Amino acid sequence: MTNKVAVVGIGATQFRSISPDVSYKELMFEAAVKAYEDAGIDPRRDVDTFVTCAEDYHEGTSIFDEYVPDQLGAALKQMHTISGEGLHGIAAAWLQIMTGEFDVAVVEAHSKASNILTPHGVAVCAQDPIFNRPLGLNNLFIAGLEMNLFLQRSGLTSEHCAAVVKKNRANALANPIAGRAAKLSVDDFRTSPMVAFPLSELDIAQPVDGAVVVVLASEAWLRKRHGYNSKPVFLSGVGWCNGSFSLESRTWERQDFVTKAADMAYRHAGIECPAKEIDFAEVDDTYSYKELQHLVELRLVGEGELKGWIESGRTELKGNLPVNSSGGALGMGYLYEATGLARFYWAVQELRGACGKNQLPNPRTALVHAWRGLPTTSAAVAILTV
Amino acid sequence: MAQVKKLKREKHQAVTPGRPGGQEIMKGDKQRLECGLQGTGLSDEELRQGTVLTTRWKADAKYGWDAGVAIGRYLAGLKEGKILGVRCYKCHRVMVPPRLFCEWCYRNIDEWVELKDTGIVNTFSLCYVTWDVKRIKEPQIPAVIELDGATKGMGIMHLLGEVDPKKVHIGMKVKAVWKEPAQREGAITDIRYWKPV
Amino acid sequence: MGNRVAIVGAGMTKFVRRAQETGQELAFYATKMALDSCGMKLDQIDGVVLGSAPDTFDGVHMKGEYLSPGAGAWGKPYMRCYVGGGTGVFAVAHGWYHVASGVFDTCLVVCEEKMSSYQPHAQGAFLTIFDHTTERPLKPNLLWIFALEMNRYMTTYGLRKEDIALVAVKNKNNALDHPAAQLGGKVTLDDILSSEVLAWPVQRLDVSPVSDGAVAVILANETVARRVTDKPVWIEGVGWSLDTAYWTNRDLCYPRYVEEAARMAYKMAGVTDPRHQIHIAEPYDPFDYKELHHMEGLLLCGRGEAPQLTVDGVTQRDGELPVCPSGGLLGVGNPIAAAGLMKVAELFWQLRGEAGKRQVARKVKRGVAQAWGDLMQVGTVVVVGI
Repeated sequence: MTNKVAVVGIGATQFRSISPDVSYKELMFEAAVKAYEDAGIDPRRDVDTFVTCAEDYHEGTSIFDEYVPDQLGAALKQMHTISGEGLHGIAAAWLQIMTGEFDVAVVEAHSKASNILTPHGVAVCAQDPIFNRPLGLNNLFIAGLEMNLFLQRSGLTSEHCAAVVKKNRANALANPIAGRAAKLSVDDFRTSPMVAFPLSELDIAQPVDGAVVVVLASEAWLRKRHGYNSKPVFLSGVGWCNGSFSLESRTWERQDFVTKAADMAYRHAGIECPAKEIDFAEVDDTYSYKELQHLVELRLVGEGELKGWIESGRTELKGNLPVNSSGGALGMGYLYEATGLARFYWAVQELRGACGKNQLPNPRTALVHAWRGLPTTSAAVAILTV
Repeated sequence: MAQVKKLKREKHQAVTPGRPGGQEIMKGDKQRLECGLQGTGLSDEELRQGTVLTTRWKADAKYGWDAGVAIGRYLAGLKEGKILGVRCYKCHRVMVPPRLFCEWCYRNIDEWVELKDTGIVNTFSLCYVTWDVKRIKEPQIPAVIELDGATKGMGIMHLLGEVDPKKVHIGMKVKAVWKEPAQREGAITDIRYWKPV
Repeated sequence: MGNRVAIVGAGMTKFVRRAQETGQELAFYATKMALDSCGMKLDQIDGVVLGSAPDTFDGVHMKGEYLSPGAGAWGKPYMRCYVGGGTGVFAVAHGWYHVASGVFDTCLVVCEEKMSSYQPHAQGAFLTIFDHTTERPLKPNLLWIFALEMNRYMTTYGLRKEDIALVAVKNKNNALDHPAAQLGGKVTLDDILSSEVLAWPVQRLDVSPVSDGAVAVILANETVARRVTDKPVWIEGVGWSLDTAYWTNRDLCYPRYVEEAARMAYKMAGVTDPRHQIHIAEPYDPFDYKELHHMEGLLLCGRGEAPQLTVDGVTQRDGELPVCPSGGLLGVGNPIAAAGLMKVAELFWQLRGEAGKRQVARKVKRGVAQAWGDLMQVGTVVVVGI
């Protein structure tokens, strides 16, 4: 592996609960223009390959791949879709640059969540059509099952999960593009309706509209273009993995696919002791307990330590491992395929030192993690360094 | 227990013997392709008679798409009986359907222009089946229509009407037949069809 | 170009109109056969790539996740790529960059399609490929766009239906020798010209059938490939290109996107004179005219010249340039993504001399496979050689 891969441009729209003023094409166009400006490139001339991440059922269009090239500047160029998380798209672009055949790659993901009028009806279509769907359960029951087991095993309570929600939504107050920032009190949680015990409404990240575009390039291209003194953010490792799809045969107590994805990323980034070497983490928090569960699976915190960590605020902005300083999905909003890419965007900002009130002191190594949501067992991890 | 044993034995037999590589494996491959292909076809009969069990699912998937700036204005134009296009000052193309950006120059478009509601048939088909594959006697005539006032080659998909199917040809001049103003709703179907001039 | 990548094994299921097996089971059959064909075990596979076309066919949202267990992806890095009908051949390019990057030693590529699930007819699923605002209200039929393109092609070059229907005659007869074929048959020119008119100029026998099926191939880097087999088939070049979504703004008489994709693949493969350096071709033939269209896009002949080659018998199995010796989609069947990968598998068998009754007369050392999809807008190309 000779080619180092750098992040040379990022762009994102505001994340909003609705966006009736623009079409999905116009939303993507805005994020792309910003990313190209950030990278100082012209997509028609400089980009070798484009990747978009989308799922047909989220778009309401079969073969959504059709409608992507124009607004990214990719018409009649190398462009393809990954039906996966934005971080899977990052992985695809990373691999392409590593072949040595491509210098500059663009990754896009977006959400027009507000255009899905029956989000639960769509989500249920991801269940096994023969074994699970006839039971007529909303997808969220799976999160309830998992959360119940997790709390029991780790000795945590709903209050610990509420602390995650409070932290993330407060962090989002200083993230200018976040869509679900809020200052919550203990009372808010007391009145939050139960959705799938022990999961309550406030434990769930709420959907938003938005688009994120990332430009990656080979180090060689970057040096040639911007000189040897430029200090880019490097994408030093990516890992991804799938667990068992079936609800009947998965390991409910362990999310081993997350550990495998992380270990692959650590291996490529040369990280031996993640708990020591990672300065801050952007971890999936689609449901509040997920952040805690994922921290353990990513080998950042021991399961027995979680309680102490939360109670002493070690994952808060001023803690020794800030987690989701962006606000996470709870604070920024849930962006479907773009959720992981939004974290990626923020992590790059942190490493560049451009995060204003939420800026962490001199971070060097960041972990970005994404999970594909219910009912999947599909995770991706990226390690960013400066 | 007996069943489990049987299963195990079958599984054992299915495993390819031998090590990777060599002629033997390739021979095996060929044989498998000739006779060992798997996949079981079902006939309509089996489904009708219910010898095969089936499940059904009607997806509850509804969407309400935001039309956005460009298409939003296009639809508003249709409601007024106008077809709008956009112009890019760099490549000088007049495009339809309109978009916020020129995809070739990758820049915002510069100007809105009103196009004529006449054009020529770029290509057409005589379609004897509907979208849900029901046969029809009189064909639907979908066509790509290059609009007058847009750059050559810029067309939209629509339907032809008031025409003998045998007489339709590529290059034919056509004109839009609009719905009555009161019936228009800001949709592509505000044009009922296109007829020969 | 990165590390050398070889195809070392291939497998497929029968292509049938309606399979009893679920999509997972079809994927499993193909995967198992591919592994067995080169004596490899799933443990020796580093990563898995899946290709499958619209989720609406199966009525399964996030179909990639659903199919993962059948594709052998449990506990492995797994990604689903997607470029509409072009997916089958693109999946090989996708697998190629997994291995060529040096990150993976081996990669399993699986393509599955189950089109029979959508009721009352798979065509209904295609309604949702059109633009939701400017086209879907017209209730378009998938056949429209092909008929529109075919008419344009015929009119531009003054072709007769007879010239084009010869392709269907050739491919359906070729498929007689394919053990997996769904629609092989002794078909005459008259049969095709007198078949029911669907959307003039498209008639019933001009079209490939709706099918269920799966195909898998195994990719390996040079070290592994040499150990696994003494006849590796090398991936010499890959290419893809996605044209603008505004299909009514394009001239439909020529597939520029296929040319762009072919140029990319030929450049990588060092092919400068495709007409002489390509010995066998498997262009995408869901409709008979598409084979001709694509031969022109692949630069195997001049524009408008492909029909003459067919009339002259050049593209027959014993001809100078055998085209679709497998029987193609017209004969073997069209489970979309699987059909694309079937073309690559066919080249694998032909180049190794293992195609049995389908083996072409001339000695072949290099072949090209191509697929096409989206709104008549994407070209995907793989060049393989021994």
